[in-house]
Amino acid sequence: MQDYQSQKPIVLDILDAHRTMPGNLLPILHGIQDTLGYIPSAAVEDIAKALYLSKAEVHGVISFYHYFRTTPPGKHTIRICRAESCQAMNSKALENHAKQTLGIDFHETTADEHFSLEPVYCLGNCACSPSMTIDNEVYGRVTPEKFDQLVAACKGAK
Amino acid sequence: MTRLFISRDSTALSLGAEQVAKAIQEQTDQQGLDVQIVRNGSRGLFWLEPLIEVETPAGRIAYGPVQPESVASLLECGLLEGKSHPLCLGNIEELPYFKSQNRLTFARVGLTDPVNLNDYLAHDGYRGLKNALNMSQTDIVKQVTDSGLRGRGGAAFPTGIKWNTVLNAQAEQKYIVCNADEGDSGTFSDRMIMEGDPFVLIEGMTIAGLAVGATQGYIYLRIEYPHAKVALNQAIAAAYQNGYLGENIQGSGKTFHLEVRSGAGAYICGEETSLLESLEGKRGLVRFKPPLPAIVGLFGKPTIVNNVISLASIPVILDKGGEYYRDYGMGRSRGTLPLQLAGNIKHPGLFEVAFGMTLRELLYDYGGGSASGRPIRAVQVGGPLGAYLHEGQFDTPLDYEAFAAISAVLGHGGIVVHDDTVNMADMARYAMEFCVEESCGKCTPCRIGSTRGVEVIDRIVNDVQKDKNTVLLRDLCDTMVYGSLCAMGGMTPYPVLSSLNHFPEDFGLQPAAKA
Repeated sequence: MQDYQSQKPIVLDILDAHRTMPGNLLPILHGIQDTLGYIPSAAVEDIAKALYLSKAEVHGVISFYHYFRTTPPGKHTIRICRAESCQAMNSKALENHAKQTLGIDFHETTADEHFSLEPVYCLGNCACSPSMTIDNEVYGRVTPEKFDQLVAACKGAK
Repeated sequence: MTRLFISRDSTALSLGAEQVAKAIQEQTDQQGLDVQIVRNGSRGLFWLEPLIEVETPAGRIAYGPVQPESVASLLECGLLEGKSHPLCLGNIEELPYFKSQNRLTFARVGLTDPVNLNDYLAHDGYRGLKNALNMSQTDIVKQVTDSGLRGRGGAAFPTGIKWNTVLNAQAEQKYIVCNADEGDSGTFSDRMIMEGDPFVLIEGMTIAGLAVGATQGYIYLRIEYPHAKVALNQAIAAAYQNGYLGENIQGSGKTFHLEVRSGAGAYICGEETSLLESLEGKRGLVRFKPPLPAIVGLFGKPTIVNNVISLASIPVILDKGGEYYRDYGMGRSRGTLPLQLAGNIKHPGLFEVAFGMTLRELLYDYGGGSASGRPIRAVQVGGPLGAYLHEGQFDTPLDYEAFAAISAVLGHGGIVVHDDTVNMADMARYAMEFCVEESCGKCTPCRIGSTRGVEVIDRIVNDVQKDKNTVLLRDLCDTMVYGSLCAMGGMTPYPVLSSLNHFPEDFGLQPAAKA
């Protein structure tokens, strides 16, 4: 894991940029995660201080939202939809295939730090279930074969 | 120059629309053909995406589904003149699936360039705002009340009454909040509007601001919709540049500011008070009501919280009048509902139609039955908190009251189809599991009840004191329905009990005579 001292100036810049914004905690957390890939636990104190909140309040917000993470993600984050529409199109098979192929469970990162696997509850792509995303790209009607192709393409584009 | 249309809608992109657009661009460049590719919203006929439309004197001729490999042969056959090809579908607007709809809210989606303000203006855009700027606040609210519009997020509360409450509340600051946290599985109409016609939402929110005297709006957008965020921000920037947002809107002296805020993957933030907490930078814990958000809302100020579709329906109401909108529909369900066909269905997509069509017509006449070709066994309407319907209930008209009468909900209009391979005990268990995952934790029936629910269902399925545990599950559901603070815990029993009642055999119980 990276040393927080090198990340601290980035966090302080983001805090500064949002200083006057009403309801700024979520935009700040997004800003940090967008830039660093996660929210370092050590940043909680700086965020709390800047917003006149307790560390517990900031920690409480980070832990409430599924999207925020406090550990570095893999190079690519794969999110597989677990919701009803995808289940109706056999997303369970896709889920199992992904876990087996990557050798990890949900909320884990592969040993080579290439992929993190997360569940997601609906991508709004329900007309073409089952769906998943790799980083910001959505893919529909994903079969295990298509999953393998997409993962291979990611690895190829190192 | 020939204009081609290829969608920038997420679902079209998820099927390869970007690669198709790239292939067309490359090959027409190589051949020196004069084409302009417009990246439109989707028509919502998703089994035909990626779709290419070409503008011809005979209307917009469509081809689909197109993969990059087909592009060469399409060009060779005369795609640019709308000539025939195995993938040619003819005039898109003549296809029965499209022609049978009543596209009021979705009038421009798929037709125009979503982020081009001139295109919006050329297709009746901002006519509602123009009228609103010449009306009193009371008259604007009256049009909305007269339209009969009810909240399209799912609760179906009359929009006009909500607006009137905020109008009459005294405060130096009021807010308009758009609930774009479309988390229900099987729903994507909000996303399609935001990606396919973001100006209509901006216009609707601006009118809401004028109506109640609010100068600041927020769109609370779920993080799972990155393409919608891009389109919204492009459209908002264009609206600011052209005097449709900001100070002195179109020289009227009125002010309305608008900003997009991202959620962070919490389903509960689709509940309006939880959403407000989240916008304020807190954990998305549901608030006690009263006070209503219309009185004490965002940052403690009077706030309209409306769903995307509700707000996007405002421009047509202000353009053509409340009565025009009210003339569609049945009973107390007025206007149109953009339905979303999803899951195991042959022709999935967006189908905006006046209330009153039966579920069966929609599933079979337009949806074409299941995608797998097997019989449709169960249909969940209204998202993860909606009841599962069995075949005997498919003749129910799509109407809020008709659905309530069979202990079901229309919700946000999402319809998820399951074929006969579905195990309904699994679906019931999943409903409880989802509630465990997404409960905000504030009230006990939801927080603890859902965990106990998973355990009790497991015991029933595993034949542990089956009868006793079935009684217990019903008792637990009763506690959740009547004891929960919001719809999360209060409606999770809908899918659970409907599974248990309509499909007891999946729980290893005696089949009941179907009503």
